[in-house]
Order: sequence, then C-alpha cells, then structure tokens
Amino acid sequence: MTDLTATEQATDCAELVNAVGLHARPSVKLTQLAKTFACRVEIALSANGPWVDAKSPVKVMRVKAPCGAVLHVRTSGPGAAAAAAAVMVLVRGGFGEAHEPSDLRHG
Amino acid sequence: MAEFRLFGRSAAPGVAKGVLAVLDVARRPQLRLAGAPADEAAALHGALARALAEVEALAESASGEAAEMLGFQVAMLSDEELVRPALEGIEAGQSAPAAWEAAMDVEIAGYRDADDDHFSARTADLEDIRDRVLGHLEPLAAGLDVPDGAVVVAADLPISRFLAIDWARGGAILLARGSPTSHVAMLARARGVPMIVGLDGAAELVAGREALVDAATGEVVLDPTDATRAAFAARADTEMRASREQAAFRMGPAVTRDGTRIALYLNASSVDELEGLDPAICDGVGLVRTEILFDGPGGLPNEEDQYQAYRRIVAWADGRPVTIRTLDAGGDKPIAGVTEDGESNPFLGLRGVRLSLRRPDLFLTQLRALARAAAHGDVRIMLPMVTVPAELEAGRKLMETALANLAKDGLAARRPRLGIMIEVPAAAIAIDQFDADFFSIGSNDLTQYVTAAGRDIGSVADLADPLNPAVLRLIASVARHGWETGREVCLCGDAGGDPRAIGPLLRAGLRSLSVAPASVGPAKQAIAAIDLRDPAP
Repeated sequence: MTDLTATEQATDCAELVNAVGLHARPSVKLTQLAKTFACRVEIALSANGPWVDAKSPVKVMRVKAPCGAVLHVRTSGPGAAAAAAAVMVLVRGGFGEAHEPSDLRHG
Repeated sequence: MAEFRLFGRSAAPGVAKGVLAVLDVARRPQLRLAGAPADEAAALHGALARALAEVEALAESASGEAAEMLGFQVAMLSDEELVRPALEGIEAGQSAPAAWEAAMDVEIAGYRDADDDHFSARTADLEDIRDRVLGHLEPLAAGLDVPDGAVVVAADLPISRFLAIDWARGGAILLARGSPTSHVAMLARARGVPMIVGLDGAAELVAGREALVDAATGEVVLDPTDATRAAFAARADTEMRASREQAAFRMGPAVTRDGTRIALYLNASSVDELEGLDPAICDGVGLVRTEILFDGPGGLPNEEDQYQAYRRIVAWADGRPVTIRTLDAGGDKPIAGVTEDGESNPFLGLRGVRLSLRRPDLFLTQLRALARAAAHGDVRIMLPMVTVPAELEAGRKLMETALANLAKDGLAARRPRLGIMIEVPAAAIAIDQFDADFFSIGSNDLTQYVTAAGRDIGSVADLADPLNPAVLRLIASVARHGWETGREVCLCGDAGGDPRAIGPLLRAGLRSLSVAPASVGPAKQAIAAIDLRDPAP
C-alpha cells in the first residue's frame, strides 16, 4: 500500500471543447505544459483509466481523444494541485484554439 | 491511346498540366544482418538524433502552419516512448532498421485506422518520421528527384517531401489515400498547389504519362485528346488570370482608379484566424471581437488570459494598429452569466457598453488587459452600442481607474486611444456630441436600427439594406464630421467587404474599411475599379 497522505494528489475532469479534439497541436501544448511540473501528470478518457503519461506526446496521441470527450487528469507529487488546475485551464480554454470557428465570423 | 479519367476528392483547388512522377513508397527488403543489440540501439539513437536535428532546422526556417506541423514532429521525435517498442525489437535480435520500421508500422496503423479525420491525417507525419530515420539508418535510401512542374503521384505525401519540391514551376499532387484536413493539404492550399486525395486508381498510374488535373472538381484526365487539352488550357487560363489578379490586389495597397488610398483593415475574433496570413495584406486590424473569449465553457476569462489573447494579435499585426472592441454581449450574442435572460427585445435591451457599465468588475478587468496589451503596440479600444456621450465618458473614467491600478501594481501598460462604434442612430445623428478619438461604423446594427428591420427575420430582411439612402446619409454625415475634426472614421460591418456596397460607401466619404480576411482580395479589386471623380451612378 502506498501512503496516500504523504504525497500531494489531485484529480479533475473537463470536456474537450476545441473542434478537433486532442490532436497534434493540442497534444504538443498539453505535453509541454505537463513537463513544466515536477509531479506525475496523467490523463484518461475515464475516471477508471487507463491512465496515460501526459508528458509523452506519443502516448497522448495514442489516446485519440475526440471533441466532446471528457478528459480526466490525475496528478501526484510536488505541485500536483497546481498542475491539475493548469491542465484544466488549458482544456477548458480549448487549447487556445477556436471552438466554434463558424459562429462568430460575421456581424 | 484513348483518354481516360479518374476521380478523387478535392484537397486544394487549381488546374494543372504535367507529366506524372510516381513517388516510390515500396519498402526495401531488410537485408542487413543484426549486429549486437547494443550496437543496433546506438545506431538507432544516432539516426533519431540526426532526424531530430533535421526537422528542428526545417521547423526554424518554416513559419505559421508549416512550423507548427514540424513542431509536432519535433515533439514526437524527442519522446523516448517513440523508440521504446523498436528497442524491444532490437533486444529480441532485430536489426535497427527492421525493428524501427516494424515498430513504426504498428504506430502508424493506429493512426490510419482512426475514425477521426484529424488523427488519420497525421498518418503522413508518422510516415515522414519513419522514413527520415530509416534514411539515416540506410543511407542508400535517397530521396527521389521530382522534375519541375510534375504531377506527383503517391500513396500519401510527407511534409518534408512536399517542402523539398519546387512548386513555383507548377505541378499538382495526386494521392491514393490522404485527407483534405492533412498538414500537406493545408500547405498545398496555402501555396496554391492543386491537390486531389482518395484518387481511385492512383496505384496503377505510371510515371511519364501526360495528365491534366482539375483539383477543384477532383478530376484527372490521362492521355488527353486535343479537345480536352484545349478545354483544360482555357480553364487553367481563366483561373490563372483570376487568381493572379486577386493575388496582385491582395498584396498591394487598396487604391481607387483615381489614386485615392483607402485604409483596409481586417476583422477577426482570435489570432487563430490571422495566423498564416501576411500582415502586409492589410493596414491593421480594424475590429477584434472579444465575445469568443467570454463564451468559452471555462467561464469568464481572467485578466491574464485576456492580456495574452490581445497581446498575440498585437504581435501578429507587427506594428500596425489593432482596434479591439470591448465585450459586445447581448442582442444576438447572449453570454451565460453576463447577459440578462428573458428580455422582451434583446436588440433594444441591455447590450454592448450598456451591459459593461452595469458590470464594472468585468469591464475593469477587460480594460486592464487591454491597457497592458497596449504596451506592446498600437492598441485602440472601441466601445460598442454607445447611445449618449455619458457612456463614452464613463468608459474613459474606468480606463483611468484601470491605468492607475496597473501603475500601482507595477504592471507595464499604455493608454490606448478610445473610440466608439456608431451603430445606434442617436449617436450617428448627434455625432458632434461625442468626444471620441475615432469612430467605427457598425453597419449591420446601424442598418437594422435605421430601417427597423432585422437581418435575421427573413420576411423583412430585404428592407435591412445598408445601401438604403437613409443609412448612406447617416454614414456620409459621420464621415464628414470625422474629416472636419481630424478623427478617423472606419466601417467594420459586412457591407465593407461587399464589392457592390464599396462604391456607395466610398462615395459617402468613407476612406477606411475593415473586412473579413477572405474579403481582402475582392475588396481591393472592387476599390481599384472605382473612380471617385465620376459622378455617382
């Protein structure tokens, strides 16, 4: 058994709102962000896993998470809460990509 | 030989004629015997390092979309996970190239089989990575030279191959697989290279045969008859003339036939719409809508998010002015947590600056972010839906507060010029009452308020005509006031990008228009056809 009280941990989830899901550009952004944290950062499409290392673009791309999927994040280690929060900001913000590109073009 | 036709999906429009060049994608047999696992692993790591260095160099010299695509390859090549399965193969006794190819083929199959177009489109990037590393493991696998102007036939086309071909001499791309959403397709559209994907029968095509390509319709004609050749030549000629004309106009300044320079700005909602565009096609950004920032599922944006979003647009504009409209929620743009529900007539309700002034918390945050972005360039702020001068003065006062707070917080900021949108008839009629730095006419709303007809109500939409004499007289009066008092008057509604409306708008006295990026070429072409010395038609 691991000692759960000794390690800082966090979990959260959010829907992928950018039009194309967790494809090449968002995956690179996610892994770059995850690497700025010392703690372990993992993602999954279900709260039960399978969990994938969010610092590996190869693994993140294998998840093939489409738009509308709920992305779960799980972190453990120093700065875990901040890392989970930062990942959620990125996901909820649509990775800085337009989520409804056809909507606001006119008017 | 009789002429015959093949059909596929259009990925980038255009007409081309050329000789087929078939890229050989057949894999070489793995003849080399495996050395000691440690030597094979070292060889693989060496090849990966050289491939990574090459892609990094390519990425540095590329810009915009291409740089991002190559950035993805850099990230993948830098990931130990990419090489892990191959190292397992080497441990099991395989040679480095055999193990790498087998492992990558498994990885690639995962992409190719994806239901999602955006993931299957990445297949070409993975194949590019595979082949580049293989090239360093097997130096004999040299790239195939493509003759100038050739019609390139392949199963799929890696980005590095696309970039290695000189498309200035014409040519086209025909792919058996491929996807219109692939990186290569985006590049082909940007470079104007005709491209067809999913071409049935592409695998049977033989190099050296003559082909005609109409990529807009997805049609390929092999061994064409003289009649077909003539028909395609005419099509190509028409298209080339049109696109040359448009391209020439797009890059050049907007000038009328009599030599009057018109300032042409872009409308945008986020920097994503601008990336990949050369800022030299415009005189700046005339309207940045900020609603998209506030309408995300992540809730309302904080100051830092807004600052970063505005700063990126300012960076793109590269010194040109950027006019950012403060939140224009309400009316046809409800925003959860901001706008009021259940108004009996939202267009006459709490919207634009009326709403911002009721929510000084939100407004102050936006003004702070804008003043911080202004430290990076020529940022101008405009308030939407201003009806009376007191609203402008209240906005100015809040800006003073924002600047004072920023100074106290020690954050870099600059006072942006403060202008107003002219879309409420009361403001257009009493324009001399408003002490704004500039005016921007929102022709969509001005038209519907003047004609009392909504554009979104089909039965009266034809009454909502921006060329109605009443609308044009108001525009002329605002333009005259701007001219007399030295304030710029721009128009940023849809009418500004409508070639039929541009003549009447310029004759009303406007000299600045702000249009959607796609309208730049057509707008400049329409402007060039207008002679302001002629009496109005």
